Formats: sequence, C-alpha cells, structure tokens
Amino acid sequence: MKWLLIGIIVAATTAGEVLQAAGMRRHGEIRDFRPGAIGRALAVLARNRFVIAAVAAMAVSFFAYLGLLTIADLSFAVPATAITYVLETVLAKYVLKEHVNWLRWAGASLVICGVALVSL
Amino acid sequence: MTHEHARLRLKTWSFAVVVVFCNVFGNFFLKRGMPAELATPLAYITVLFHPWVALGVVLLIVWLMMRMALLSWADLSYVVPVTAVGYVLVAVVGKVLLNEQITMKRWTGIGLIVAGVALVSGGSAPQTAHPEPKTAEATP
Repeated sequence: MKWLLIGIIVAATTAGEVLQAAGMRRHGEIRDFRPGAIGRALAVLARNRFVIAAVAAMAVSFFAYLGLLTIADLSFAVPATAITYVLETVLAKYVLKEHVNWLRWAGASLVICGVALVSL
Repeated sequence: MTHEHARLRLKTWSFAVVVVFCNVFGNFFLKRGMPAELATPLAYITVLFHPWVALGVVLLIVWLMMRMALLSWADLSYVVPVTAVGYVLVAVVGKVLLNEQITMKRWTGIGLIVAGVALVSGGSAPQTAHPEPKTAEATP
C-alpha cells in the first residue's frame, strides 16, 4: 500500500509540475500582483489546458500524500518521493527545453543526496 | 540587459523564500492536524475542516499559487532544486518546535542541500528557456 501510494505520488507530482511549468511559461511572466490582476490572471489560467491538467495531477498527488501520511511518517514519505527531483530535471531538459548546465546537474544531484540523508 | 537579469533574480529569490515558507509550514500544520487514519472516502473531505488541517491547506494553496507565478518566468530545473532548501527548514523547525535531534547524518544532508542550492542559484540564471512573447496582459 505504501509503495503503491509512493508510485502514484511520484508519477502525479512529476506530471503535474512539468505540465504546470509548461502552462505557466506559455502564459508568460506574471508582473502585476494587485488583487484584480491576480483574479484576471487566474481566469486566463483556468482556461489553460496545461494548467488544468497540472491541477488535476497535483490533486491526485495531494490526496495520495494525505493517505500516505496516515500510514507512514514524514521521514519515510519525504525521501521516498525525492526521486521526483531527478525525473523533473530530466524532463525540464528534454520536454521543456531548458538549458540545464553542469552546475544545475551538480546542484540537483547534491540536493537529492542531501534530501535522502536528511530524511532517511 | 544586466538590469533585467538583476530584476528577475531578485524577484525569483523573493518568491522562492515565500514558496519555501508556505510549503514547510503548510505541511507542518497538515501533519499536526491529521488523525491516525482516514477510514472512509468521506473522511478525506471532512478532515479538511479540522483547524490545523485547514490552516495547512490554506498555506499550501498560497504555496501553489506563488509557485505557479514563479514558474511563469523561472525554469523548472532551477525552481525544483532551489526550493529544496525547504528540507533544511523542516529540520530546523523540527529541532526548534518539536525538539527533534539533528544527527550527524542529517547535518551532512543539510550541508549537501545548501551546497546544491548554492550551485544552482549561483551558477545559472533563473531563466534559460526563452519565453513566448508577452501575452495581451497589460503591464503597468
């Protein structure tokens, strides 16, 4: 059960974040943070199909995470889901076409090792 | 151009700080309010009205929105490792609020995360993928 939930969380989180990044990048930089402008931006984003798919995926991930927390400690949940860092960096390069230079790879690798050590 | 880079970097850092705090405290309150088990599907809904869980959920909604805004200009491969500094904050919150011990292993992990975050944030601009042209949204 634990590992099934972990699998769901990892898949849904990775898909959700990549879709979210793709959708937001298509929307363009948000510069105006007055309440009215935020409302308008949300109205536009609510029709962005990448964002809609991202929110759906992240809702799945959220409820699976709630379920996981009832049967496992954070010290299990956190490192087990840290694999999303690797998947997201790889997908950022190949799907989102970001320029992942060697400092980013090195930094992301250190972070993954660090997350594992902190939470295991 | 350098002015534009500096503006984007400052904006990215400010948002990253808020994103990290909302995430860490959102999860903290969520865990604090969660009951031992959620027996029925309905329990997954009713638990959202528990005060600590509700506070956690509100913080996580703010986290989600701020993170979406951040991703409207910053790379995913920048945001993901940089916001991992939250794990360091989790350890600190655990020590300060819950009196948890920070073992040698955890200190090592904290060191690695901080080094990783420094490499990513110091070694690359927040934005490398070239954004689409601006949308119709007017800028003041």
